[in-house]
Amino acid sequence: MGKTLVGNHIRKLRFNHDEMTQQQLADKVGVTRQTIVALEKGNYSPSLELAFRIAHAFNLPLEEVFFYGDNTEFKK
Amino acid sequence: MTYQEKKSIVSLISAILIFVSYCLYMYPQYPEGGLESIETFRYWGSFVLILTVVSIVAHIIISIIFNIVFRITTSEKEPRFADELDKLIELKAFRNSFFVFILGFLIAMGSLIIYQPLQAMFIILIISGFISDVTGSITKFYHYRRGV
Repeated sequence: MGKTLVGNHIRKLRFNHDEMTQQQLADKVGVTRQTIVALEKGNYSPSLELAFRIAHAFNLPLEEVFFYGDNTEFKK
Repeated sequence: MTYQEKKSIVSLISAILIFVSYCLYMYPQYPEGGLESIETFRYWGSFVLILTVVSIVAHIIISIIFNIVFRITTSEKEPRFADELDKLIELKAFRNSFFVFILGFLIAMGSLIIYQPLQAMFIILIISGFISDVTGSITKFYHYRRGV
């Protein structure tokens, strides 16, 4: 399986939000800590619903939390 | 190692232990006499039914013991629900497990076509059931470890 093409800044955002723990974020978005670990490692692409919930947890738009490919900006 | 990874390993080991110990217990009870006597069919029927019940009960007991040991050793609570990642992995494990069992089922039916004894069919069915269980546990472990 390996890494997915959908990347994210969750680890950095957690740190910037009062060093939120993985468990706190997991509780906030309604998943297990294991799922947050898998997301941060890039081992799992979340569903659209979960992606929105995570973005809402950080009060940010979706594209500031998730990106497609290697870069933070999607290149056409 | 996470809770789910540990649970997959425990499930794998317990499936192997249950199956092997049950087979060792049942093997000496194989009825003597004709290969296809009524007693032989009764033996295979009870083998499968008792194995199913024993396996379910043993898995539940082992799962409870595992949760207690996990709490004591890690002072962490086990996840109380299955989220989307768990459900996705569960589906993949079920798919692989089902595929292996169906393959075994077809081989078992094939054994009848090539005039193998009936006990060969039962043995293939039982072994395919066991391998499908093992496949499910390995699939879960793989996806929790390597991602989806």
